[in-house]
Formats: sequence, structure tokens, C-alpha cells
Amino acid sequence: MAEPLLSVRDLVVEFPTRRGTLRALDRVSFDIAEGEVLGMVGESGAGKSITGAAIIGLIEPPGRIAGGEIRLRGERVDNLRPEAMRRIRGRRIGMVFQDPLTSLNPLYTVAEQITETIRTHLSVSEKEARERAIALLDQVGIPAARRRIDDYPHHFSGGMRQRVVIALALAAEPELVIADEPTTALDVSVQAQIIDVMKEICASRGAAVMLITHDMGVIAETADRVAVLYAGRLAEIGPVRDVVQAAEHPYTSGLMGSIPTLTQTADRLTQIPGAMPRLNAIPTGCAFNPRCPKVFDRCRTERPEPQPRPGGRQVACHLYSAEAAAGATHG
Amino acid sequence: MAEPLIEVEGLSRYFDISKPWLNRVLEREGKSWLTAVSDVSFTINRGETFALVGESGSGKSTIAKMIVGLLEPSAGEIRFDGRPMTGTSGATMRSLRRRFQMIFQDPFASLNPRWHVGDIIAEPMRTFGMARGGETRREVGRLLDLVGLSAADAGRFPHEFSGGQRQRIAIARALSSRPEFIVCDEPTSALDVSVQAQILNLMRDLQDEFDLTYLFISHDLSVVRHMANRIGVLYLGRLAEVADGKRLFTEPRHPYSRMLLDAVPDLEMSGRRRKRVEGEIPNPIDPPSGCTFHPRCPLANDRCKREEPRPMDSGTGGAVACFAVEEGRG
Ligand SMILES: Nc1ncnc2c1ncn2[C@@H]1O[C@H](COP(=O)(O)OP(=O)(O)OP(=O)(O)O)[C@@H](O)[C@H]1O
Ligand SMILES: Nc1ncnc2c1ncn2[C@@H]1O[C@H](COP(=O)(O)OP(=O)(O)OP(=O)(O)O)[C@@H](O)[C@H]1O
Ligand code: SF4
Ligand SMILES: [Mg+2]
Ligand SMILES: [Mg+2]
Repeated sequence: MAEPLLSVRDLVVEFPTRRGTLRALDRVSFDIAEGEVLGMVGESGAGKSITGAAIIGLIEPPGRIAGGEIRLRGERVDNLRPEAMRRIRGRRIGMVFQDPLTSLNPLYTVAEQITETIRTHLSVSEKEARERAIALLDQVGIPAARRRIDDYPHHFSGGMRQRVVIALALAAEPELVIADEPTTALDVSVQAQIIDVMKEICASRGAAVMLITHDMGVIAETADRVAVLYAGRLAEIGPVRDVVQAAEHPYTSGLMGSIPTLTQTADRLTQIPGAMPRLNAIPTGCAFNPRCPKVFDRCRTERPEPQPRPGGRQVACHLYSAEAAAGATHG
Repeated sequence: MAEPLIEVEGLSRYFDISKPWLNRVLEREGKSWLTAVSDVSFTINRGETFALVGESGSGKSTIAKMIVGLLEPSAGEIRFDGRPMTGTSGATMRSLRRRFQMIFQDPFASLNPRWHVGDIIAEPMRTFGMARGGETRREVGRLLDLVGLSAADAGRFPHEFSGGQRQRIAIARALSSRPEFIVCDEPTSALDVSVQAQILNLMRDLQDEFDLTYLFISHDLSVVRHMANRIGVLYLGRLAEVADGKRLFTEPRHPYSRMLLDAVPDLEMSGRRRKRVEGEIPNPIDPPSGCTFHPRCPLANDRCKREEPRPMDSGTGGAVACFAVEEGRG
């Protein structure tokens, strides 16, 4: 198999606090292949953003990577000096955040911001950079890009600004784009446009995408594979169609059943009882065990490790642990 | 059988967004107005859930606030159980006020952080003189129980609860004056899907138990489909379409309704291709002429640019404001 573009192994992120150390990510492992779109889902606080922040080296101190490693094309990037990491950010890994205003500087025109990014990372002339910027804006669907490029961010609507941010993230032709809730601040009708634009343009440039979102619908349509996080641990990862249509982890099944759809006929939505534990009160054994409809003794004492499943899927649940599968008494 | 509880007729709301007087004089500008809601009419029947959907800024919350009396209408009338709510005297208004409540989008901002949960829930009861002393405490315990919390939670503060639990507290509070009608403005938008399912199920159970009537506001069409008996689709402060709940999804009539439905991501992975939505919601300060949807509408013609369409009987038990539908072009 070809070497993955990004490889995350046993990643642990901790936040020291006065009342003890909080473990926000606990031995999370996954790969992203070249040109692939990996969706990342999970409840608020599950650790999605922290995973993205760890990859681009933006965990805010005193938070720190306390274990594991992150490799970009085989090369360790979790222990780089800030200067080296800055060169990777923007150049090799682009970022799109939820709020377009935080990524754009209100004091500079769109032209200034995009050409500056291009010239910081690529050796091209001012004129060439400007032409590239116009082409990019055009590609993300800014009408009359050549005229609008000299406008300031506040002259654009929310949807247009998010397109500008995508253009900015792609300006230096990165290999990986991390998009954290890129459409949550936008309108329903505009969300679909933005996701389409992002997917198309990344595909045309061969960039891989890590797409973080609450919205399973968006993931179902956009991602090749999806990773489900629960309380800082990976519950399930696999091809998006398999995971969405035939979830194996009890948490994923609950999550899928709780989403109302446009065609379902059931009167009541499936609901998962209770709430995700706080980081300082994660139960022993499987983190999901107090809420799990299929819980059994072993779940309360031993943490389930991700098990390879058919079709390239991995599931961290004792129902699928080797011994349980051999005994085949649950399900 | 359908007995109207809320009747909204010709409701409009304008906001004065002019610059300060001196600036206007210096810059020789007139007053400027934003039309948030324009000539909206609909009826909500007793025991049903009527939903309002539409993009951000389409006027959903403004309508909700006018209905519960948090905002004066600029024009039009709202009747509750046959009685006009505008221009009603204090005493009558007070007895009406007890009969409806509101639940807001943000469970973090809508509960007073310095009050015990028990006092938050009891507040509507106290305001309307409905319970005293030990009786209040018992009633609060019963309400907490009803929404899936426990009587012991009355002594805790809002910050000790998760988002979903806080929304349950807000619901318990809304129920405490035993209202008939509850306005729910995006009650689950701030919550995770798994928590959302808990709250939506709870709201439906309570509706059955207490014969509640809901005005349910959301921009999530899948949620609305799950909850609503009838749906009003708002565009730039105007009602584009009112339709029977399930019907809107099988037979959307207004081009904007169709566009909204086409934009919903497909969780079933049926292979349906989402259509790209053209354009963005225009500026409400300077709305397009004629049908305000015409710049984004695939069926627009010259008439749509000049004249404003009125809601007409859709032939499927609802109303549609669109010339293309009226002329049989859509
Ligand atoms: N600076 C910090 N100090 C302490 N804990 C933190 C800090 N930043 C994040 N956390 C904790 O780490 C956990 C994961 O946070 P993260 O932001 O990754 O969640 P998320 O999955 O992105 O959630 P959301 O959907 O709400 O964005 C949370 O429990 C959060 O409280
Ligand atoms: N107090 C106000 N002053 C000026 N303009 C206002 C005021 N309140 C609302 N508006 C404007 O009225 C329009 C309708 O706003 P409203 O809050 O009703 O929209 P909404 O449909 O609830 O949107 P959202 O989905 O974002 O909550 C918007 O253009 C808004 O900016
Ligand atoms: S390991 Fe046990 S508790 Fe955890 S998800 Fe699987 S069955 Fe449920
Ligand atoms: Mg996040
Ligand atoms: Mg609103």
C-alpha cells in the first residue's frame, strides 16, 4: 500500500489544569490518503477540533501533545520547532475555520491577503501571484473576481467570505486542507454551494481534506471515509457508505438513528440516553458503557481497542473484539 | 375540527436603521428602513405544530417575538383564541400572557445564571400568582421529573448542566404557567444531534399529554418535517408558501421551497444529486422589485420583476405566492 499522506498514531493531547490533567484525546490513530476526503464527526467536546489543531501544531499551551506521533508523508511533524511548523502551515496544510472573519484580516483587501500568501510560499512575481489569485477566486465562484479582488472582506456576504477563505487556504497549493465546521455559520442554501466548491477544487488539485463537522448529511455526501470520535477516543472509522448505512459501533448506530431525515416515517427518533461524559469523569473500560444498549461485563473494566473489520473498517467495541467474535454470544 | 388558536393577519414589522440625525443632515440622507416582516398572514390551529422555515434573516424570530408580545407589530393583527392581542388593555393582556410561553435557541443565554433552577422554573407561576410555598416546590419537582431531570436539581445552578439539560430546564419553565401555546425559536439548533433527538421526542410527548399548540421555528428542514403538521416558508420577510407538513416535501410548489429542499444533504445516499443553489439571500434594506425571489428564481419572467405576487390557494390545501405557479408555468 502507498504511504499515507497523513498518519496519526496513538495521539494523546492533554490539558493540565488546577484540578488535574484532562486528556482531550486518548490514543487516536487514523490515516488520510492522498486526495482523500476524511470526515470527522462526534458530539460537541468529542475532540474534533483538538485533533485538527494538533495536526497543524496549534494546540494552545499549557495544552500539549503528550504522546503518539503525526507524520506528513512519513516525516514527523508533531515535534517540529515553531518556525518549521509555520512553514508547513499554509504551504503544505491549508486551513478553513468556521468563522470566516477570524481567517481574514479586515484591514487588507482580498487581493493583498491572497497574493501575500502565495508569495510567502511560492516563488512567483507579484503580477503572477495576482493572476493566480484571480483564477482561484473565479474557481471558488466569486462572480467578477477581477473586479472584486480589490475589495475588503466586509464588502462580501458571509457565503462569499467563506469562499474567499477557501481560496486563501488553497493559495499555496497545500497537500492537505483541514476544514473545521466550514459551513456552520452559513445559511442552509449556501452551505451546499460551499461544500461543493471545496470538494471540487480540492479534487482538481489533488489535495486531501479533513472535514470536521456535526452534519452527517454533509459527511455522507462529501467524504470518502468517516471517523467517529467519542470522549476523545476513536469509536469507528471506515468507508462513509458502510458507516452511515450499517454502523457497527453502538454509539454510531445511536447517532445515525437520532438524525431526522427527509424520508423517514417513524414517529419517534432513536435517542441515546444520557450525555457524553466530561473529560474528568470518563468511565473505566469503554467510555460509552453507561449509555450503551449492548453493554456487558467486560465493557465496564477493559477499554476496547480498534479492531480491523471487513471492508477496511475499524471498530473499537468489545462486541467485535477477537474473543467475543469467536464466542459469538453477543449482538 | 380545525379550531384556530392563533390568527395572524397582514403582519409587518419595519426597523428604523437610519444613521443619527446629525449624520443624516450632514450627508443629506433620508431615513432608512429595513423590512423584516411584510404582510404575513397564517393561522395556527389548536393542538397542531405550525413551523416557520427560511434562511437566516428571513424574519422568523421577528414574527415569533411579535406573537409573544416582545415586539410591537408595525402593521397587522394577531388574535389569540379569537381576541386581538394588539391594543389590548393591561388586565386582559395579563390573562392572555399566561396562556403562552416561549423557548429560545440558546439554552446558555436564556436562563438567569444567578438563580437556582427551581426559582427559574417557578418564576412564571409566581408572576401569574398560580402557586404558593410548598405547593410551588412540589410543582417544580413534578415539572423537573416530567422533562427527565429530578426534583433535587431545583437547588442547582444552570452552569452545572449540559446544553441538553439546560434546554430541558427551559422547557420545564415554559410549562410552569400551564400554557396552551408555546413558541419554540430554534429550540435544538445549539444542540448535538443525539441531544436534539431527546428534546424533540420530549416536546412531542408533552404535546400529546397537554394538548399543546406549537409555533416551531427552525432552519433545519429534516427537523421541521419530523415535527410539523403545517409549514410556512419565509423568504425575505414574506410568506412564499404555506403547506401541509408532509406535502411540502413531496410536492413543493414555490420555486424557493423546491430550492431549499434540493439543498438538503442526503443522508440516505440514494444518489440524489443536490442541486446548486444560485445566489444568496438579498439585502432586506434594498429588496429586489416585484417578487423578491426573482433574481434567484429559475422561472422568473418580466412580470415577476414588476409585480409582487399575492398568496393564492395552492390547490393542495395551502397557499403559494408565485406567478409561475399561478400561470401554470411551474
Ligand atoms: N484550552 C483548553 N483547556 C482545557 N480543556 C480544553 C481546552 N481546549 C479544549 N478542551 C477540551 O477538549 C475537549 C475537546 O474539545 P474540542 O474543541 O476538540 O471539541 P470538538 O469535538 O471540536 O467540539 P465542538 O463540536 O463543540 O467544536 C473538550 O472537552 C474541551 O473542553
Ligand atoms: N432590532 C433590530 N433592528 C434592526 N434590524 C433588525 C432587528 N431585529 C431584526 N432585524 C433584521 O430583521 C431581519 C429579520 O431578522 P430575524 O431575526 O427575524 O431573522 P431570522 O429569520 O430569525 O434569522 P436567523 O435564522 O438568523 O435567526 C434581519 O435582516 C435582521 O437583521
Ligand atoms: S464496548 Fe461494550 S459498552 Fe462499549 S460500545 Fe461496545 S458493547 Fe457498548
Ligand atoms: Mg470544534
Ligand atoms: Mg432567528
